[in-house]
Amino acid sequence: MKLLVCISKVPDTTTKIAFTDGDTKLDEKDVQFIVNPYDEWYALVRALELKEAQGGSVTTITVGGPDHDPIIRKALAIGADDAVRVDAKAQDAYYTAFQIADYAKDKSFDLILLGKETIDYNGSQVGGMLAEMLDLPFVSLGSKLDIADGKATVETDISGGSEVLEVQLPCVISAAKGMAEQRIPNMRGIMAARTKPLNVQAPADVTPLTTITKYTLPPSKAGVKLVDPEHMEELVRLLHEEAKAI
Amino acid sequence: MSVLVFVNPNEGIFPKSALEVSTYGAKVAKMLGVDCHAVTYGNVSDAELARIGNHGVKAIHRASGLDQPDNGQLSKVISTAADACGASVIVCSHDLVGKAVAPRLSVRLKAGLVTGVNALPNTDGGFSVTKPVFSGKAFATERILTETKVLSLMANSIPPEEIGGTAAVQELSGEFGTKKVTVKEIKKYSGSIALPDAERVVSAGRGLKGPENWGMIEDLANELGAATACSRPVADIGWRPHHEHVGQTGVAIRPNLYFAIGISGAIQHLAGVNGSKVIVVINNDPDAPFFKAADYGVVGDAFVVVPKLIEALKSFKG
Ligand SMILES: Cc1cc2nc3c(=O)[nH]c(=O)nc-3n(C[C@H](O)[C@H](O)[C@H](O)COP(=O)(O)OP(=O)(O)OC[C@H]3O[C@@H](n4cnc5c(N)ncnc54)[C@H](O)[C@@H]3O)c2cc1C
Ligand SMILES: Nc1ncnc2c1ncn2[C@@H]1O[C@H](COP(=O)(O)O)[C@@H](O)[C@H]1O
Repeated sequence: MKLLVCISKVPDTTTKIAFTDGDTKLDEKDVQFIVNPYDEWYALVRALELKEAQGGSVTTITVGGPDHDPIIRKALAIGADDAVRVDAKAQDAYYTAFQIADYAKDKSFDLILLGKETIDYNGSQVGGMLAEMLDLPFVSLGSKLDIADGKATVETDISGGSEVLEVQLPCVISAAKGMAEQRIPNMRGIMAARTKPLNVQAPADVTPLTTITKYTLPPSKAGVKLVDPEHMEELVRLLHEEAKAI
Repeated sequence: MSVLVFVNPNEGIFPKSALEVSTYGAKVAKMLGVDCHAVTYGNVSDAELARIGNHGVKAIHRASGLDQPDNGQLSKVISTAADACGASVIVCSHDLVGKAVAPRLSVRLKAGLVTGVNALPNTDGGFSVTKPVFSGKAFATERILTETKVLSLMANSIPPEEIGGTAAVQELSGEFGTKKVTVKEIKKYSGSIALPDAERVVSAGRGLKGPENWGMIEDLANELGAATACSRPVADIGWRPHHEHVGQTGVAIRPNLYFAIGISGAIQHLAGVNGSKVIVVINNDPDAPFFKAADYGVVGDAFVVVPKLIEALKSFKG
């Protein structure tokens, strides 16, 4: 089975968010970058498990500049066979999906896996766009994935329950929590990653459809109002009269 | 020209999210001086369709022959309706279906997409709209550069408004393709209120010490008509089911009222709940970081405070 996993780079989950350049850019000073957790923990690890069980290969693809190489090496250390980096700044999801589609269109991958969203822009866009560009079926937010007889069985959480879906390969699937367990790369993986192929490609020519013009921070909370633990009727009164929440 | 909203029925009934996109679409249509249309599918009663009209939609396009269409078919249904009514703005809900359909639609129509928008657009000299980013730690203003625009609306961003209008219903026909993704099975969790839809949520963390202590959490949730949730370690150790885990790597929620009991307030937890309107924190450590994100706080032992709170709610309701 030929698998492609889309890997993106995001600020660490504990990053304190601040902006520069007139609030048009993330201030990257002191920011630690990591592999997007959904891409690493779920999409990549499940791809590796499927390869280990059924044979095949796992390739990763990333749209980004040379500053993405460390996170790509991490994906290789966890176990991907080879990596592709499209050497361009990801401008918007359409631009990113177009680059990935352009790479994948003639490579006959059986399955393309992504994260459900990046934890910085929280888009949930690239997967659906990629599926439409490649004219493939798409299942979003899979929390379980199995492959047998050329078909994928995917479980996703729906409001108040879950549903089990079936789809023919090739297809595109985005991964949510539950699809796999995080893997910590071992020393051997880290050594091997240094010599695995990381192929850098020139981007295809395409214009983005959206652009971010400004960031703002949320207004800070007025401050917590403390209620005496002995007087819960006071909390109920505040929630009813002041907050109008009950 | 028009604004088109996709209203997705759930077992023949329009959920709150459908009324939210109708209200949102009607307001955008008013800003642009055009009408708001809706598109839907399947077997929906006239009474249900009338609710959409009542929320500001003037015309409904319905592909009545479709049953459980997949996201590829739905994007064709919506783009067919968009052609039929000359839509310049298309709005879906930012839920499981919308997250799959909106990106497909964006590519089909070569229309710029902003997902998870939380406010009305700014249409002065262009089209810009805001959305939460960095898991709720900031907002971005995005400008859409194309003629046609696609938006998906974050839940609880706009209260549904009944304006007493009516909508004409017309059949939508077209070539919607074959179904590629089939539903094999639907599993329902017993009894509880679904977390993403809940107006109120009672959540508890490691401070509760063990799964045997969740009885009072469920009692409090019952008293409030709330869904229950938990922090990640609690789901990871198996005290609570995984679908209750909220936060950056779990479910993101934005209820009107969020109770956090024995949860420290780590940044990854806050990322999934900081869109809540009112946050109440109960924790025995006055320095717990969660108090900084709270509207109301109680410094005290949950095992003493929660039973008292349940009593207080009971006497409040009489
Ligand atoms: C990449 C990443 C992603 C993550 N994603 C998530 C996520 O999505 N969701 C999530 O929740 N976490 C997530 N985490 C974990 C997160 O960092 C915290 O470890 C976790 O939220 C802590 O859970 P907790 O508050 O229940 O436990 P603790 O941090 O152990 O806090 C327990 C709290 O209970 C209080 N307490 C103890 N006894 C009592 C009592 N008797 N009465 C009242 N209060 C009491 C304590 O004062 C303390 O504040 C993630 C971590 C990482 C690294
Ligand atoms: N620059 C990128 N390069 C490769 N894959 C990406 C990139 N950006 C996003 N993705 C993939 O698309 C998924 C969804 O991203 P998004 O639509 O931006 O929320 C991510 O979890 C990644 O798997």
